[in-house]
Amino acid sequence: MWGPIVSFLRLEALKKEFGDFVAVRDMTLDVARGEFISLLGPSGCGKTTTLQMVAGLLQPTSGRIILDGKDITETPPNKRGLGIVFQSYALFPHMTATENVSFGLEMRGVAKAERIERALAALEQVRLSQFADRYPKDMSGGQRQRVALARALVIEPPVLLLDEPLSNLDAKLREEMRIELRLLQQDIGVTTILVTHDQEEALSMSDRIVVMQHGDVSQTAAPLDLYERPTNTFVSDFVGKTNLLTGKVVAPNTVDVNGTKIEVDTSDIGAGSTVTLSIRPEKFKMSDDSSGQEVRIDAAIFLGASWLYRGTGPLGELFITQPNTGTAGYAKGDKAYLSWPNGALTLFEGTV
Amino acid sequence: MSGASLRKTPYALTGPGVLFFAALLGAPIVMTFLLSLHSYDFTLGIQSDWSLGNYADVLTDSYFHKIFGRTFGLGLLVTVCCILIGVPEAYVLSRLSSRWRSIFLLIVLGPLLIAVVVRTLGWALLFGSTGILSMTAQALGFADAPVSLMFTFTGMTIALVHVLVPFMVIAVWASLQKIDPQSEDAGLSLGASKFTVLRRITLPQAMPGILSGSIIVFALTTSAFATPAIIGGRRMKVVATAAYDEYLGTLNWPLGAAIAVLLLLANVVIIVSFNKFIERRYAKVFE
Repeated sequence: MWGPIVSFLRLEALKKEFGDFVAVRDMTLDVARGEFISLLGPSGCGKTTTLQMVAGLLQPTSGRIILDGKDITETPPNKRGLGIVFQSYALFPHMTATENVSFGLEMRGVAKAERIERALAALEQVRLSQFADRYPKDMSGGQRQRVALARALVIEPPVLLLDEPLSNLDAKLREEMRIELRLLQQDIGVTTILVTHDQEEALSMSDRIVVMQHGDVSQTAAPLDLYERPTNTFVSDFVGKTNLLTGKVVAPNTVDVNGTKIEVDTSDIGAGSTVTLSIRPEKFKMSDDSSGQEVRIDAAIFLGASWLYRGTGPLGELFITQPNTGTAGYAKGDKAYLSWPNGALTLFEGTV
Repeated sequence: MSGASLRKTPYALTGPGVLFFAALLGAPIVMTFLLSLHSYDFTLGIQSDWSLGNYADVLTDSYFHKIFGRTFGLGLLVTVCCILIGVPEAYVLSRLSSRWRSIFLLIVLGPLLIAVVVRTLGWALLFGSTGILSMTAQALGFADAPVSLMFTFTGMTIALVHVLVPFMVIAVWASLQKIDPQSEDAGLSLGASKFTVLRRITLPQAMPGILSGSIIVFALTTSAFATPAIIGGRRMKVVATAAYDEYLGTLNWPLGAAIAVLLLLANVVIIVSFNKFIERRYAKVFE
């Protein structure tokens, strides 16, 4: 994965301004053929604007979009041939599932018999054969979503654009669709860009994730790297849950947090610098023997597969996750001692 | 609340409205219908007999055939003109920014804010042989002699379209508002040109609005009185003005009543069957 990327889709210094507001500042991204990229960020971070520029629905203020060696920046959306799944699905309500899917083929001048054959095959691919003659209004959210996917894929687009496609589904269906969508994408091998604000969705489906904030790219990395080695506090806080502790470097490899000395690799950060430590809730080991950082549990929440605790101690307030091993966990008011393995702490210069 | 009183609640709530309409709409219609069953004698006045003679007169007289034909022809023409003007107007309106939209909406609704007689007399000023239209046409060399649209079918059509277009615009606009704008983007992304998107994606979704607007415009045209009376006059009678003339001109109230009942009946039949058609055609597609 980490060899030089042979760029299939290239966004080059892409910028979009709406009056004084800069929606996307300077977006450069190389996407390899067949790669699944997620644009992840809170609302207003510019991820949807970026997707719309790739789709051709928004004209960039400056920058270029290059697809398979051709500059498509000025190409109108109906000539780009990209497949798009919209957040609202945007199905045509006056057409049946088959008519919806075959619309793109009709626009390409495919003969009627072949059109219907290919539309039915695409519906088969998303397991909707028995709904071919239904109108969108008579389908569930998940079925509509899959019609939208079939409609985008049937035209065999070079790039598939997904705009929060799962956000209107209920939690259980959303998880199923993640797996289904990812398998289908790998099966077809279509280059895909997903826009989402859901970090779990991005982590579970992508080859690489682009985290965006205020129109800028915060970090681009593979899911595991992003989670384990975030390069800034925004990413570490936005992707997954984390505890952020502010402290001061007092000696090489020693940080003082609220009077507690913590050992961590400070690299070349000089003594006296203010730093922020990030530690994920699930990295903590909890025990009753008084080795480690003392906390008093002030909230204990059972989540089924795990326990979520909130503990207060000399380090401040900490969130702790522990797997459910089938025995009773800590209760409110209990005292516990926390330790963590080497490398569980990530260090950032400055405060949050 | 007990089950029995719960069941009574809807009746209690709709009661006042039902009474209001029964007294002020239902009763006059029934009385008009009963009146239409009497015969009329030019020396003795309204007789107390019961017969369908007035209906037979209207249905067999080619004079009335012509008037009914003109009325429904006018209804059809005005409806088509309102579709041709109102649908693009509503589409443009739905594309404007909200500030411009409220300004243009006010302009579109303008005709409705002016009293019908004043508005129609305004048209009469424009249409007359010494009116602005005639003078302009002569000045530009389109006509050698004064032209007048007064007492013509064309004049009536223009004046009615002017006042009825707002109803079409509002009906179409309401259904355009319901369209998911992303469905148009989806059409574009699938390779359709802007025009194809308009024709294949937007227009079909606006169809319920166009059809309900058509019903309103058609019903208001065929039952219009003031505009045909002033612009059409005696030379271009429609059913409403013919009924008026029977009442107040020849004083044959029963015949006037029969004409009015036939107009109501024809309108109800046309509108109900059209509505059925719409529901059958589009209920499957729209929620």
